[in-house]
Parts: sequence; structure tokens; C-alpha cells
Amino acid sequence: MTALHALSLREAAARVRRREVSATELVRDAFARIAAVDGRVGAFLTLDEAGALATAAAVDRRVAAGEDPGPLGGVPIGVKDIICTAGLRTTAGSRILERFVPSYDATVTARLRRAGAVIVGKLNCDEFAMGSSTENSALGTTRNPWDGARVPGGSSGGSGAAVAAHECHAALGTDTGGSVRLPAAFCGVAGLKPTYGRVSRYGVIAYASSLDQVGPIAREVADVAVVLEAIAGHDPADSTASPRPVPSYAAALDGSVRGLRLGLPREYLVEGMQPDVERGVRAAVAELERLGAAVEPVSLPHTEYAIATYYLIATAEASSNLARYDGIRYGLREPRPALTEMYEATRAAGFGAEVKRRIMLGTYALSAGYYDAYYLKAQQVRTLIRRDFQQALARCDALVTPVAPTTAFRLGEKTADPLTMYLSDIFTISVNLAGLPALALPCGFDGAGLPIGLQVIGRPFDEATVLRIGHAYEQATEWHHRSAPP
Amino acid sequence: MAITREEVRRIAALARLRLEPAEEERLTADLGHILEAFARLSTLDTSAVAPTAQVEEDRTAFRDDVVANPPASEALLANAPARDGRFFRVPKIIE
Repeated sequence: MTALHALSLREAAARVRRREVSATELVRDAFARIAAVDGRVGAFLTLDEAGALATAAAVDRRVAAGEDPGPLGGVPIGVKDIICTAGLRTTAGSRILERFVPSYDATVTARLRRAGAVIVGKLNCDEFAMGSSTENSALGTTRNPWDGARVPGGSSGGSGAAVAAHECHAALGTDTGGSVRLPAAFCGVAGLKPTYGRVSRYGVIAYASSLDQVGPIAREVADVAVVLEAIAGHDPADSTASPRPVPSYAAALDGSVRGLRLGLPREYLVEGMQPDVERGVRAAVAELERLGAAVEPVSLPHTEYAIATYYLIATAEASSNLARYDGIRYGLREPRPALTEMYEATRAAGFGAEVKRRIMLGTYALSAGYYDAYYLKAQQVRTLIRRDFQQALARCDALVTPVAPTTAFRLGEKTADPLTMYLSDIFTISVNLAGLPALALPCGFDGAGLPIGLQVIGRPFDEATVLRIGHAYEQATEWHHRSAPP
Repeated sequence: MAITREEVRRIAALARLRLEPAEEERLTADLGHILEAFARLSTLDTSAVAPTAQVEEDRTAFRDDVVANPPASEALLANAPARDGRFFRVPKIIE
């Protein structure tokens, strides 16, 4: 018999609905699982067992009364610690917010609750979501469930690791340059970065506001679709959250890719990639062709400029967003007699090395004399990168690429050189610059037994096609049934 | 080097970051390498390209300006690093 924590999100919700299992049993099982494995994985920064059991009891009462508990009714879900949860500590992985308790829920948190989800705790991440390995968290180390000597990817590393280790059935992450897709790929699970504007950012601690999106991570594509449907849609509290209606993403999963035209960008299969990754992605493309999709080569010629463009725009926005951490109304304060000294001492003590590096780079790119050469230039190249995708997606329904040039790397392997770490994002960042939806899902394993990630990139607001392709591939393959070692 | 130690000090002051000498040295080297790598952007001719600040195609949504969130001053003040009753305590601003 399958353990409760190993069930898919949909199956767990269906059993609650059919009264075969109670929400309370699911939640107790999740906490038992967390107690058994999280000492090794380190996915959670904060647990809320009392709150989760109270929510579960409320779901059970609704089910007993014959009411609909909601599409996520009774299901244990984890939330990245950059997303506000009322009354539950939210740190962004930073010393500066180590004791911060939000007075309100982010819109996505409120929508999870409205859909009946049970929030079990808060998941580790790189400080302010700045990183590709979760090693920039000031509050804990998260390890890859497939190999504890390796990183889970980042910045939503706790989210990817918790789902892969069966500590919750799904999790929310955020993706500014690949931060949902990279941990999904490194941990062998599915993760979606929605179109910019598909999901509200209200109550999500800001990193780079023109790039940030919240996205679900789960063990199956159909579970990702169910969570997306619960959190997507307009929000009066976020004027960039699109008023376009939210379709039924689950209904789009018809198992077929027949007749779809898929583009294979030649700049994404390059020299220097890990050979197993290239093999895995090429085999996945062949499988999609076998399933009836037409595959053709396309070109995204400005790909080589994406890292520079992203790291100038994202850091410029970050330097502005992080100016709010001043030690006045919340967060850490290093007491000093004078105001400016207090600001400088507080920020020096509260921010880690990578956050300082990005604030410095962004401040430089925005400063007098450099604005045109760096920030404005990057915004212009962003237009060119976006045009590349518009042209490719005018011909193709979706693009298929690797998520990253390698599988999960070792803890400490890339921390000495920031540029080397930035290159982990080379296949994911352009998607954020162009504002497109993209799905990561497993497409095989390398020689060391580590998962390989496939990326499916779609047209704006066409999450349905991206999920449909991922789901059809998943139906035809067995990768998603493999679990990390217990 | 693409950036000098003096510039690093000036940027740190703008960003309200107090840096230790070792941090200054490390950041001068790191930012130098990063900016050298990013110099490739200058090889692209973008004289006829409009900048992109936001990818949004939909019009900005407007709503009535009404207070929707309930008052939560106690919850907000509970996060204050220093408070005095219902006030935030701050260092002296005017000498």
C-alpha cells in the first residue's frame, strides 16, 4: 500500500473528499514524515503543526457536514519562506527578517487556504531568493534528497527538496530567474513559472519586481495544474496581476501532443553541457516526436547576452526593493546613536554576501554616469531577447530545452565564484526577461543517478499548452514515478 | 579593473552599506569581474531599440481607493525593533 505522504496531491484530495482518509490523518502523516527525514534534508525553516492540525480539523468538519472542502481540501502544502503567512514567521532566508511575523497573508497564501490546503510550514530559500543553490540562506542548509552532498538548486531549494522527499504533496516557490524550475529539475519533480502577471505578487517579499512570479512545485504535472488554478487570477491588491480569466488547466491535460509544433533552440544545446543532460533532453524530444509533435530547430540569437541583461536588471530592481530594510519599523536593528550609522550598521549585519553583492551591482548600474551604459542598455537588450521568443513562438506552439546545463552540483562547488553560479541560470533567465510561462519536469537521470530537467516554454498566458505537453510526456514515461531514496 | 575601490566605497555609501576593508576588497574584485563579463552588452547596437521595463501587455488595472485591510497596529508594532507604547522608537534624526 502506498504511504499517505507518497500519494499525488490529486489522489490525497480525492481520498479526503471520499472520506477514505481524514485531513487530520494526512497532516499527522506529513509531520511524521518531516520528523523522519527533514533532519537530513533541511527543507523547512519553520513548522506550524498546531496551525496545520487546526486547519485539518476544520476541513474534516466541512467534509463531515457534506460540504465541498475545495480542490486542495486537506492536502499538506509547504510555502517558500519569501511568501507572507499571517502570524507565521517569514524570513526570506535572511538575518534581517529572522524574527519577522507578517500581519497578513500573501494573496497566494490566502488562495491556498481558500482552496482547502493545509500549510505545514515555511521552506528554506536563498536569501531574498538570490541564488541558484539555496546556499545563500542565512538560516539553514538544504540538501538534495537524491544525494545529501549536493545542492537542491535554488532559490526555492526547500520547496523542491520537500516535495521530492515526500514531506508535502506540493509547495509554492518563486521564480525570478529560474528559482522554481532549477530546484524542480535538480530534485526530479515538476515546477512551473507562470506568465508574468498570471499570479499575484501581493505579499511576496520583492526581489526584482518586473521578473518575480510565484509558481507551484509538485511530483506530477497534473498536480501543478491544480495548484496553479487555485492561485492564479486577478488581484485588486496587485495591479500587474492580469484580469484575464483563469482556464481549467486540468481540463487541458488530454494526454496528446499530436499536431503541436515544438521548437528546439540551437543556442540551448551547446558545447560544455554535461553530456548526460544533452542525451536526456534529446531523448525527450524524440519521445515527443514519437507522440505526434512536429519538432523543428529555432534560433534565439540573443541568448548569449541574457546573463548580463538579467543580472543588471534584477540587481537594479533589487537595490531599490531592498532599500526598505532600514531597521525602523520591522526586522533587525543594530542600535547606533545617529540615523545613518544605524542604517549602515543594520544593513551590514542583516544582509549576507550575495545580497550585498547584488545591491552593490544594482546601485552601480543605476548610479549617475553608468545608468545609460548598464541599466538602460540591459533594458534595450531585454527587448531583443523578448523579440527572439516572439519570433520563435510565432512559428511554434512551445519550445523545448534543458532546464540547466548540468544536474545538481556539490555543496560548496560554486560558492567561491559568483559568475560561475550565475551561469547555472543560463537556460532559465531569458524566460523571465520575456515574461513567458515555462515548466520544468524530469526527463531522465545522469550516470550518478541524479535527475535531469526538461523545460517547456510557452506563449504568454498559454500555461495550458505547456502543461499539456509536460503531462503527455509524463504519461509516456516513468521518470516521475521514481522517488528519491527514503 | 572595471571598478575601483574608491567607486566601491561611493556605491556602498549610496546603498547605505557599511563595508569592512576585507569586504571592500572582495567586492572590488567580484564587481570588476562581473562588469568585465557584462561589457559584452556594449558590442550590440541598440541605438534603434526601445527599452523594456515591463512585459505586461494588459492595461494597468485600476480600482477605487478604499481601505480594505482592517487596522492591525498591534501586529505591525509587534515587529518593531524598538517601540514606546504605540510609537516606533528611532534614533535622533536632527542634531
